[in-house]
Amino acid sequence: MSRYPLSAASLPLVAAVMLVIGFPLQAVAQDDTLKTGVHGKTGGSLTVALRTEPKTLNPVLSVDAASREVIGAIQADLIHINRETQRTEPALATEWKISPDGKRYTLRLRRGVKFSDGAPFDADDVLFSFKLYLDEKLNSPQRDLLLFDDKPLTVTKLDPYTVRFDLPRPYGAGVRLFDGLAMMPRHLLETPYHEGRLAQMWAVNSPAGALAGLGPFHLKEYVPGQRLVLERNPNYWKTDAQGVRLPYLSQLIFSVVTSEDAQVAGLQRGEADIVERLRADDYSVLQRDAQKRVCLRDLGPGLESIFLFFNLNHLDPAKQPDLAPKQEWFRELRFRQAVSLAMDRKGMARLVYGGLATPIWTSATPGNKLWLNAALPHPERSIEKGRALLQSAGFRWDSQGQLLDAHSRPVAFTILVSSSNAQRSRLATLAVDDLKQLGMDVQVVPMEFRALVDRVLNTKNYEAVLMNIVNGDADPTPEMNLWLSSGEMHLWDLGEAQPATPWEAEIDSLMRAQLIATSFAARKQAYDRVQELVSQNLPLIFLLSPNILVGARPVVGNFRPAVLEPYALWNADQLFVRPAGSATCQ
Amino acid sequence: MNRSARRRIHRALWLVPLVTLHLVLLFPGFFAPYDFAEQNRDFPFRPPARLRFVDANGAFHLRPFVYALKVDDVSSVVQEDTSRVFPLRFFINGSRYSVLGPWNARLHLFGVESPGRLWLFGTDDFGRDLFSRILFGGRISVFAGILGAAIALLAGASLGVIAGFYGRGADAAFMRLVELFLALPWLYLLLAVRAVLPLRVRTVDAFLLLVAVTGLIGWARPARLVRGIVLSARERGFVLAARSMCASDWYILRRHILPQTYATLLTTAVLLVPQFILAEVTLSFLGLGVSEPIPSWGNLLAQLQSYRVLTSYWWMYLPAAILVMLFLLYHRASSALEKRATRVSL
Repeated sequence: MSRYPLSAASLPLVAAVMLVIGFPLQAVAQDDTLKTGVHGKTGGSLTVALRTEPKTLNPVLSVDAASREVIGAIQADLIHINRETQRTEPALATEWKISPDGKRYTLRLRRGVKFSDGAPFDADDVLFSFKLYLDEKLNSPQRDLLLFDDKPLTVTKLDPYTVRFDLPRPYGAGVRLFDGLAMMPRHLLETPYHEGRLAQMWAVNSPAGALAGLGPFHLKEYVPGQRLVLERNPNYWKTDAQGVRLPYLSQLIFSVVTSEDAQVAGLQRGEADIVERLRADDYSVLQRDAQKRVCLRDLGPGLESIFLFFNLNHLDPAKQPDLAPKQEWFRELRFRQAVSLAMDRKGMARLVYGGLATPIWTSATPGNKLWLNAALPHPERSIEKGRALLQSAGFRWDSQGQLLDAHSRPVAFTILVSSSNAQRSRLATLAVDDLKQLGMDVQVVPMEFRALVDRVLNTKNYEAVLMNIVNGDADPTPEMNLWLSSGEMHLWDLGEAQPATPWEAEIDSLMRAQLIATSFAARKQAYDRVQELVSQNLPLIFLLSPNILVGARPVVGNFRPAVLEPYALWNADQLFVRPAGSATCQ
Repeated sequence: MNRSARRRIHRALWLVPLVTLHLVLLFPGFFAPYDFAEQNRDFPFRPPARLRFVDANGAFHLRPFVYALKVDDVSSVVQEDTSRVFPLRFFINGSRYSVLGPWNARLHLFGVESPGRLWLFGTDDFGRDLFSRILFGGRISVFAGILGAAIALLAGASLGVIAGFYGRGADAAFMRLVELFLALPWLYLLLAVRAVLPLRVRTVDAFLLLVAVTGLIGWARPARLVRGIVLSARERGFVLAARSMCASDWYILRRHILPQTYATLLTTAVLLVPQFILAEVTLSFLGLGVSEPIPSWGNLLAQLQSYRVLTSYWWMYLPAAILVMLFLLYHRASSALEKRATRVSL
């Protein structure tokens, strides 16, 4: 929970993980041989450490990271986003066409593809799969993505190998929409679906024969609480550059290791071959390992951002009388600017993440190379400038150095932080010390994560919060509910009937504009301006983006982790076991 | 001085470290050279300072000294600046601390002049002096632990004695209460407590809260233990004999039954105090304990959960070492008291 904050609170963010958008649309026809990765050896097995057990193997129901991880290795989608190039590539659809008005997509399906149980795949499976995703009763997390202004897209079968999608309005994301939407076998699931049993289908403990997919692996064995064994899918449709049928591995094992410390120890001992996300602390421990038993990759900043924000909700002062005077400070832009200027972002990155994090000043992280507005200034930390801003806003200091507001009330507030994340508490401790230098009397309140989310989203009884968002996604579209003033995740001021400020109104119109614009340049321009407005008005004071750190044993061939989920398993079909004796990292 | 007096003094020598330690923990501001929250961000995880007698030129100093540290801007390697020595000084003025309520002082038992730094036990991840943090943390943890244990034992023992001695209705009522307390889902109750409390909790209130919560949760087990002992003692021959001679309840309790419980109570006390100190970590997790930057032994020990700290910085174990030492002393105290109690009662 600590690693994927907000995931419990917001399904839209989960859905965000499945969608990476942002390229100009085009009709594509590409070959399906692999252009990257070395030719591997067939056979062997690798073990991946999972922190939690997957809750389900049913793509329509999965919301947790572990389930998505395993389903990703079992299932396949129509059009896939290559995690390395971040571009779309043909998967089960070999080519596609988009109508000039941007509302009609025609996809040609790959011929001769078989499910892992040998049954053929055709347009009926596509229709059936979309029926499941759009079913209101099943309420799948992907459903939100397929609704446009509350209207679903429609799917039509033109012939057994051609499918047409009609969208109610143009969509900037384009065919990236199809990434992560697994195509499911109609022949296995149609009867249970009509009998209303679909939600019970494909649980983790289902017999291996009950499942079938189009991905590189299929389920062989599940040992509760311990491991999930996947076996090579002999009918997998991909081949490598030399025509060898993928995947290379004969087995991919997910072993459940709940503690991060145990994961690191397991990696060192060889009980696991791949750990997908390492903590900065563990990374530095492994780095100093004299025997170099683990190959480490620092992929740089990912798409996670950590930020501080104040409670700017418009609340009934009678209900929370203590908060109202404090909100006068929080609403003062110069107060927020002073806070941002006082933050020692570099110190935080160095002391809490051992340098394995990058300071940020706006919503897009440096890991999001496409969308980051690089022109924005990075103001240096300056206590003097911060104090000058506070003074100009009517604040002053008493003889003890305590900051007082215009009514001589001492400036004192609390910062909530999730107690299950040690790094976040440590960040808050540094922030408190930084704010003390402005004369603010700040207290950290560690809180159980769900209690914290409840305060932020429901009771709105808080003063300031330090938290994070993980956008498994580079595109701004999934951030709609964060930036729109009416959005469910408009954290600092929820449920605004009207945008409370002119800049929030401008963000609203920019975010709506980027949603329907089909040219990347226009969308980028809009989102650049959003980032600028955010960094100027500081509704969220962005601090850091932790680096994505992945570790694998030297035995893993084609180990090429990417900053997008699934970090190391996106090319699971190309992973192979390097011959014994290749003890060095690639 | 005769031999037996000398032997008795010798036997009571453990009292010296016990009392000293508690005195030091009672006035941490004076004994700690630095403020517990003072960060030195250039010097995270510095090992304990080396007190030297011989300087870089080979000259001997009678007064021990330290060198100031400097960070290389490029390589960020920390080095000692040997150009100036900072001798250890006693009764030196330093950071301000509060002695009791509104009284503040700046006088510290020892220290070195700035920019020299005397980190006796090294520094933590933010370059804060670990020695000072242990002392300040001990004030909160040790006294909250002792008070919490005292409340738990007092409540547990009284209710246990009443239940065991009078039996029947009282017994049934109290023991059902005990079962209720043992079965309550404390996690959720504490979350609820956190929800009704204001977000900002002063340190004093956090301390009282700690005492209250640990006392409240902790009384049920000792109550059951004591009840069991009293129940069996009640039927012993000498109790029945006393009763047959018309001894009052109070007399029997005081003279025959309570002494039977002393040993158990003392042992429980020694076990409860460290338990309660560690319970503080859990409470901090729920936002009910002492929160950063204020130290407690609970959150000092919690840092050891990190694999990196555990394997890389040995001085971060020092809080645990002090804790172990304190409990050995408590153990010694409890066995001495137990001996005394049994001697009196026989």
